[in-house]
Amino acid sequence: MTISARNRAGSERAARRALWAGRAGHGFVALYVVLLIAFGVVPTAYAIYFAFTTAGDTFAGFSNFTGAGGDFRFLPAVGHVALYLACWLVSLVVFVVGLALLLHRLASRGVSKTLRFLFYIPGALAGAASVMVWLFVLDPTVSPVAFLLKALGFTTFDQVVAPGGLPILFTLIAFWTGAGGWILVMYGALNNISPDILEAARIDGAGPWQTARRIQIPMLRKWIVYMCILAFAGGTQLFVEPELLSQASNGVAGRDYSLNQLSYDFAFQNNNVNTAAAVSVELLLLGLVAAAVFVARSGFFDAD
Amino acid sequence: MPTDFRSPAPSASAPATAPAASRRARPGRARPGLKNPLPAFVLLLFAVFFVLPVVWLLLAATKTDDQLVHANPLSFGSLHALRANWDALTGYQGDTVMVWLRNSAVYTFLALVITLVVVIPAGYALALTEFPGRHTLLVATLVVMLMPSATLVVPLFLEMNAVHLIGSMWSVILPYSFYPFGVYLAYIYFSTAIPRSLLEAARLDGCSEFGAFRRVALPLAMPVVALVGFFSFVANWTNYFLPYVLLPQDDQFPVQVGLGTLLDSVPQFNPTAGTLSVERPELALATLLAITPVLVVFLFAQRFLVAGMLAGATKD
Repeated sequence: MTISARNRAGSERAARRALWAGRAGHGFVALYVVLLIAFGVVPTAYAIYFAFTTAGDTFAGFSNFTGAGGDFRFLPAVGHVALYLACWLVSLVVFVVGLALLLHRLASRGVSKTLRFLFYIPGALAGAASVMVWLFVLDPTVSPVAFLLKALGFTTFDQVVAPGGLPILFTLIAFWTGAGGWILVMYGALNNISPDILEAARIDGAGPWQTARRIQIPMLRKWIVYMCILAFAGGTQLFVEPELLSQASNGVAGRDYSLNQLSYDFAFQNNNVNTAAAVSVELLLLGLVAAAVFVARSGFFDAD
Repeated sequence: MPTDFRSPAPSASAPATAPAASRRARPGRARPGLKNPLPAFVLLLFAVFFVLPVVWLLLAATKTDDQLVHANPLSFGSLHALRANWDALTGYQGDTVMVWLRNSAVYTFLALVITLVVVIPAGYALALTEFPGRHTLLVATLVVMLMPSATLVVPLFLEMNAVHLIGSMWSVILPYSFYPFGVYLAYIYFSTAIPRSLLEAARLDGCSEFGAFRRVALPLAMPVVALVGFFSFVANWTNYFLPYVLLPQDDQFPVQVGLGTLLDSVPQFNPTAGTLSVERPELALATLLAITPVLVVFLFAQRFLVAGMLAGATKD
């Protein structure tokens, strides 16, 4: 009797506590949810709304999308971004993984740490600053590697920034600022591999190349995929590099080079926010699909 | 397009093919003692690639434009020239560069404070409390976190325009403060570093839910506060696209957008620059000023970095 009464009282208390905790949980996340709605959900909804309506607020079907797709600048912009992404992702995977493996093999911890920090420094110049630096580095008249540029046959800045080479240049800039951070990540992930496994491989006669190929790289796999997804999603958003380069080259490097520039131009040069929104929705969808596939399939976030 | 990012996966899962292994086995390669100089050479080459432009930038600020063209690219100019560049730069449109730097500081600092106030409790609640909708919120956070913030810039402009916030500094500070990656970091931190039993004990001792957060979780949260603060600061200080679109007046620019304006005034890059021209070493000095705060933070935050970037790995 007393026991069951106590149980009942206990379970009521537990239920009350659970309810309380639930409310408290909501209290803790309330501000975040407000921001998530205001700056995640609402702009997305807004973009979708504008993408499917006309300037007169009537339903437009897919006409904004076909309008954007039919624009003479659209397909070239898609091509530019795709080419840039291919260069950027390949260089990122090859060099980041390669450099992380080399750093991990270094006998001297101090040297390895110093190099990792040096590789990471250009990260401080992300954004406009990196473009400024590279405008100078790519200008044969002032460049510290002018001899290299001249050896490649470039004597003026306009030759260096000729449209054909732009994917390579943007890859250089993006790699210069972004690779160091990823090298830190890969290095850390390599450190998480048990030394016993590497020792066993060594005893079995595996050299450094084999160890890397058969053990380390497979164990880095999810990190490599993570890096590729983020680099892919970020790369589709190319904006500041071509924008500043087109300023600096007097339009030699086109101002409608990337999709984001095109969206910006639709909105602010052509005063056509509906078409701009359509391009935004396409970019959003691309980012969303990449992110969702990764969250669902990679097992990276199996935390819950 | 998807093949682009899937291509590394097959080669990474190659170990399944065992026969290739024996073919590749070449005994005697890279034996200890016989040191292969190639790795050291490659590392050195990349060190030069990463560091040389930064060193060049440091030196460029100490030169005159003439020295920039004719002197050795890696020579030091003079303190006198540095001084002259500084005077010319700070004199540009009456101290505009300092206004830009102050704008950057104000925007990033306010965003940082709001971010921390929002992110730490949210991460805590996602990790250590139960409430309806928790899982949905977590998945939404992961997805939004992986999406680049530039995707939403033009839609954000439309939204801000609708609520008449264009040109207000809050039109960038508030979007900056929405930082799902920070929530994720805090979530990972709280779910690994603080045992649930500790909170249970606090609750049994009569702590309210808020009391448990304030007295138990918050004092232990300093590492993740530093981590989130670091990433938020760097991301917002270096943001270009959002303020470029949302802040139309040049006395409101953060320094990143200001650099673009300076670039327009450099005759070598823009022959139509006009009378308010800026010399190239001044632009280099402005770039240096723009990155100094981030560089300083880098130096102090080194030890947090790896921990933060590896946050995902600690969970499995």
